[in-house]
Amino acid sequence: MHIGDWIDVGPLAAIPMRGARTVPVAGGEEVALFRTGDNQVFALVNRCPHKHGPLSQGIVHGHAVSCPLHNWRISLATGEALGEDRGCTPTIPVKVTGGRVLLCRASTLKAAA
Amino acid sequence: MDFHGQAIANDEADEPGGDPRPHLVVVGNGMAGCRAIEELIARDAGRYRVTIFGAEPHVNYNRIMLSPVLAGEKTFEQIVINDRAWYDDNQIALVTDDPVIAIDRAGKKVTARSGRTARYDKLLIATGSDPFIIPVPGKDLPGVISFRDMKDVDHMLAAAEKGGDAVVIGGGLLGLEAAHGLSLRGMKVTVLHIMPTLMERQLDEAASWLLKSALEARGQTILTGADTAEIVGESAVEGVRLKDGRLIPASLVVMAVGIRPSVALAREAGLAVGRAIQVDDHMVTSDADVLAVGECVEHDGQVYGLVAPLWEMCRALADGLVGKPSGYRGSVTSTKLKVSGIDVFSAGEFGGGGESEDIVLRDASRGVYKRVVVRDDRIVGAVLYGDTADGNWYFDLMKKGEDIAPVRDLLIFGQAFAQGGGQADPKAAVAALSDDAEICGCNGVSKGRVVATIQAGACTLDAVRASCKASASCGSCTGLVEQLLAVTLGDDYGGERAVKTLCKCTSFGHADIRREIVAQGMKSIPEVMQRMSWSTPDGCSSCRPALNYYLLCAWPGEYVDDQQSRFVNERMHANIQKDGTYSVVPRMWGGITNPRELRAIADVVEKYDAPMVKVTGGQRLDIFGIKKEDLPAVWADLNAAGMVSGHAYGKSLRTVKTCVGSEWCRFGTQDSTGLGVQLEHMSWGSWMPHKFKIAVSGCPRNCAEATIKDFGVVCVDSGYELHVGGNGGIKVRATDLLCKVATEQQALDYCAAFIQLYREEAHYLERTAPWIERIGLDYVKARIVEDEVGREALTARFLFSQSFSQDDPWAARAAGSEREQHAHLGEFRPLETIAAE
Repeated sequence: MHIGDWIDVGPLAAIPMRGARTVPVAGGEEVALFRTGDNQVFALVNRCPHKHGPLSQGIVHGHAVSCPLHNWRISLATGEALGEDRGCTPTIPVKVTGGRVLLCRASTLKAAA
Repeated sequence: MDFHGQAIANDEADEPGGDPRPHLVVVGNGMAGCRAIEELIARDAGRYRVTIFGAEPHVNYNRIMLSPVLAGEKTFEQIVINDRAWYDDNQIALVTDDPVIAIDRAGKKVTARSGRTARYDKLLIATGSDPFIIPVPGKDLPGVISFRDMKDVDHMLAAAEKGGDAVVIGGGLLGLEAAHGLSLRGMKVTVLHIMPTLMERQLDEAASWLLKSALEARGQTILTGADTAEIVGESAVEGVRLKDGRLIPASLVVMAVGIRPSVALAREAGLAVGRAIQVDDHMVTSDADVLAVGECVEHDGQVYGLVAPLWEMCRALADGLVGKPSGYRGSVTSTKLKVSGIDVFSAGEFGGGGESEDIVLRDASRGVYKRVVVRDDRIVGAVLYGDTADGNWYFDLMKKGEDIAPVRDLLIFGQAFAQGGGQADPKAAVAALSDDAEICGCNGVSKGRVVATIQAGACTLDAVRASCKASASCGSCTGLVEQLLAVTLGDDYGGERAVKTLCKCTSFGHADIRREIVAQGMKSIPEVMQRMSWSTPDGCSSCRPALNYYLLCAWPGEYVDDQQSRFVNERMHANIQKDGTYSVVPRMWGGITNPRELRAIADVVEKYDAPMVKVTGGQRLDIFGIKKEDLPAVWADLNAAGMVSGHAYGKSLRTVKTCVGSEWCRFGTQDSTGLGVQLEHMSWGSWMPHKFKIAVSGCPRNCAEATIKDFGVVCVDSGYELHVGGNGGIKVRATDLLCKVATEQQALDYCAAFIQLYREEAHYLERTAPWIERIGLDYVKARIVEDEVGREALTARFLFSQSFSQDDPWAARAAGSEREQHAHLGEFRPLETIAAE
């Protein structure tokens, strides 16, 4: 399904709370979709700015994720590394409509393809 | 003018006396439709001739007060908003019990179910929402109802008269209010909620947990993660069957899983409908003469299911109808649960971390949890439980976007305190407290006593805790005690705590937390965070795995593991590598393998194109470069050859390394491989504070390197030397000799006891080597060697715990459990996307 400039990538219910799922982008990098404890959804390129760890496999706490490789904490809202570390992962506009998760098409192509 | 029950000729009654004013017809006699007319009348009472059609046989009543009616706190008469006199006084024609079933936009006419028609100049659709009925077998059985209107309440009251069991499906606002009412009316109520926590859209985990505890204390049964399979019964409802097979008996089932905008009428009339009827800022639909308002509309992509937005919409609508358009700009909403005695408030967003900051106050003894979320010195959200008095104040600050920096330190204490003036410094506020003011509610310690304790020489928090017990229980007054230390000692107060805290989310150390989990019988992560006054909403990547382990260790067979609190390797049951692929290590008991296993491993390496396979230091084969999507299939192939997870990824028993022993070796004194296999069968699958390695050497030449393992056995002619606390990592530590035993069985029992002591008393992520350095070998000897009864109890507790943990996680995953861990959510293609689920 394809709604204007937003692309439906699946149901919200399929993303575990305080967890993440991935969406491959044809010819590009994976996008990680995070669902936080307060039921908000964020989308980032699935790559830590440090050593490119798959952020989708990290522990989600508050609005941040800890990278599974070296425990860098990344803000889900901005993609910026938190604390002492410096680096940024591209974020992608995402919205939830009628229980479906929609990614902004143009931003996804720009960030991940 | 009330046309209910009368047969009036069409259109004749519609234009009494040839009224020249434009005719405004309202479809829906609910809160939105009537409020719109009230707003209109307030601006220009005579401008339109008004007719309202309602589906229910009632005048306009306050739907959100149905819960108090059900609970017996109000009567229907008390929740009526507009009585008949209001309609008459304002010359509004009311048609009740006769829903509009068709709109003819070309002819500007509506038709009701009775056949009555009415012409309109302007039409207002205010049809609200319909309850969502989950499409399961049995949904149409008598006794299955929704909770939306007075008819439903009447039905519930009649059912409650007879008593018995009721099931409410849905643990949101509406469902919990229905459950509360039915429970007060004497029914035995079970709430089924599909999500892991109640009211997950409004509450965070901590507040949800408090709410669940309070409802359970009132006798309700709350089942979360409960997915309804069917509603069973012959001629009427008899129960609800869950997808996991459980059957919950019920003579009444209330479906309160959500609402759907009621848009069928508008859609058939050809109006633009998205998620609901699409309107502009003036509540005008795609037809300039048709307006819509309330829960049935979609404005700027948003659909609202709460009452506050409706008031704002009605104002914009009325402004537009009288030619002074103002425009609706969307609403910020807040929620309050109407369950008497349980105060819950929620507004805005309530996530933590990232760019927003949390201010959290927990008062466990009063059952209070307050959390205000702040970003750029503005409140963006609030969750309050137990004390919601300041909900409206926070909500107001949030809506106005006020700068809270000047009152930030006192914000969480509420309006009275924050605006009290002259107390901008929290320390000043504490200093101003009288000597008999209670500081520690749990232990009844007054300020005077805390100050006296400090003056008597208790200069640290721990000393205060030890001397007068203040802040020694739930810890929620820790901040107050620290402030008293600062006020009393002045510059002499170091502010440093002797005990290292578990992480920045708590002021307690590992040992405090472990002790309190058992002492207070705490059984979930949010419960620990609440009672022990966590400063963050859902912890961090340090404390969540630690709490998950402590709970798992304290309550074997009872605590349900939280996957989202596991490090990636334990969640994926494989080791993540630097490129994001995984390595897989099948278990080889005691390091022994055979042609069948080797063939299966070789096949996996070829089939999944694994770039490398390597022998590990623990005598296992490690297959590298497996993609997360392929893991279940790899495991299925290895399972087929009889191999299970090697737990090479876990804070758990890793490997038992052996030498060949007396079976082959000319120096061997005992069957070291046989004992190693037995040790591994006994201890595999157990979760521990950190990884745990065992080795068994058949003679003092020690080929299995048993003296750098967590538990090492060195066989000698006369028996078995047991060594503990070795480590071959960053800091090499040779083992300490614990004792010597005579039989294999003793070696097994002592090993189990040692593991259990480590499991129960070490800090999370503390290997046995630093643990023994910290507590001393003598302590371990006293517990394992000298205390026979204690040792037997430790062994028994370990074996009991093992009875729940020796399921192969690979087999479960290969069979399809937690499939989502290994699959993508969907695919993203530039032109089209096919969702995988």
